[in-house]
Amino acid sequence: MTARGQAWGLLAPGLLWLAAFFVLPFAGMALLSLRVIEGREVAAGLSGANYARFWSDPAIFQGLVNSLEITAVVTVVSVVLAWPLAAIIALRVPARWQRLALLLAVLPFWTSYVVRSYSWALVLGENGVVNRALTGLGVIAEPLEMAATRFATVTGFVHFFVMLLTLTIYANLRALSPNYMRAAADLGAGPVRIFWHVILPLTLPGIMTGAFLTFVLCIGDYITPQILGGNTELTLPQIIMMQLGRQGNFPMAAALSIVLMAVVTLAYLLSARWLRLDRV
Amino acid sequence: MRALSALYLTAAGLFIYLPVAMLVLFSFQDSRLPVPPFTGPSLRWYQDVLTDRDLMAALGNSALVALASSAVALALGFLAAVALARHRLPGSVWLRALFVAPMAVSTLIIGLGLLNLWGWLGWPVSLWATGIGHVVLNLPLCFAILFTAMGDQQLSAERAARDLGAGEARVLWHVTLPMVAPSALAAYFLSVTFSWDEFILAFLLTRFDVTLPVEIWSLLKSGLNPRTNAIGSLVFLVSVALVIVLEFTLLRKRRA
Repeated sequence: MTARGQAWGLLAPGLLWLAAFFVLPFAGMALLSLRVIEGREVAAGLSGANYARFWSDPAIFQGLVNSLEITAVVTVVSVVLAWPLAAIIALRVPARWQRLALLLAVLPFWTSYVVRSYSWALVLGENGVVNRALTGLGVIAEPLEMAATRFATVTGFVHFFVMLLTLTIYANLRALSPNYMRAAADLGAGPVRIFWHVILPLTLPGIMTGAFLTFVLCIGDYITPQILGGNTELTLPQIIMMQLGRQGNFPMAAALSIVLMAVVTLAYLLSARWLRLDRV
Repeated sequence: MRALSALYLTAAGLFIYLPVAMLVLFSFQDSRLPVPPFTGPSLRWYQDVLTDRDLMAALGNSALVALASSAVALALGFLAAVALARHRLPGSVWLRALFVAPMAVSTLIIGLGLLNLWGWLGWPVSLWATGIGHVVLNLPLCFAILFTAMGDQQLSAERAARDLGAGEARVLWHVTLPMVAPSALAAYFLSVTFSWDEFILAFLLTRFDVTLPVEIWSLLKSGLNPRTNAIGSLVFLVSVALVIVLEFTLLRKRRA
């Protein structure tokens, strides 16, 4: 057998697996999104009716708006909270304690995703510890309605992504040579100027990569808004699952997931020039 | 500056650990609601959970699907990494892109696609379907980790083995694989943790033989419940144990 033949032989199992269980289902979804439900049956013929309905039905379109708003807030807040945490661990904690500090900072990242959202329902609930503490201290008279709101969804998301971003930003900061900071300091720059003109520009690719990852995972997530968001403001993944379940409209669910995919692709194209995905 | 750092670390720690602390604390609650005041400690909910047949079956399913699908993902990822790192193939840039592509596609879409395919083929959804889907999810991770690990430093050892008369299969098994073993183990452990906790595919692709996240999901319908705290705390314990083993064995060795 030739070397090239051998290489294809090694590649074949993975390639076949992905062709059968990734590419083919994906093509099937694209095709299904062009079909229409009539009564309980999938009608013959192809049309763009599902996409037209996405555009014209406010209840469905609002799902995309909600998803984009929540994702934008989550991404910005998570980056702003994670950066100082990663920086303190990378630049202030003594070297021999850094691995341990990082491990501790992100340990709850490894809890079950479903359970993590549930835990926030526990914390933010009407009788939860936050409300008990605030009423006990006399800050508020009546318990705040925090569970089953957009605030709860955002909090649950931020908790998860702060840990994820701390990992990526930490790796980025560690790769940064301390000589740059020293050189800037020798040339008379104060801490603020060093941060603004040296550290931030050099870690921007890492931050953007982490932010992009946050965007992709957040906008596609069904669990957190479903457990924490209540049923008033549905996100796009929730609407997709509803189309699939209660409405029994698989073609519509397929069309909406293609829309979701398009949004993610668009976000990638817009941020591609700052991303270093090959260096994650 | 130092005080400010300490303050920020404390606040961040509080935020990160508050939900976990509440989860674990109220898993020992004696009464029926996992909210203050704390009435424990009691082990009744752990006893309840550990003797629950559905939960234990789901736990077994999760372990099975995680261990098996990660083994397949690792094997496929290893072979593909060897092919693309050691051979020049036409269109190798595209092939590499294909092998990491599932990472960039929402799990929801992969799950719906498989559900549609299964319906089209007339196959009933099952743990098998979930496992097959988990291989798709974890293959990119295994491939990427092993592809990165296969540098030029192993080339000469492989060549030496070939010169000594070893066939390609023996070179792979006795030379290449042992040299990337730490990365392979890390990839396997990561895959197991992701698969163990994966929800959407398992939710869409199982009906009777559900996995643990799906079973926990159905527990949530009963609202806040100390049973959910107990099973959640147990899952946390398992994950943390896995991560700590990973940290102190594999990663430590690799850095040394």
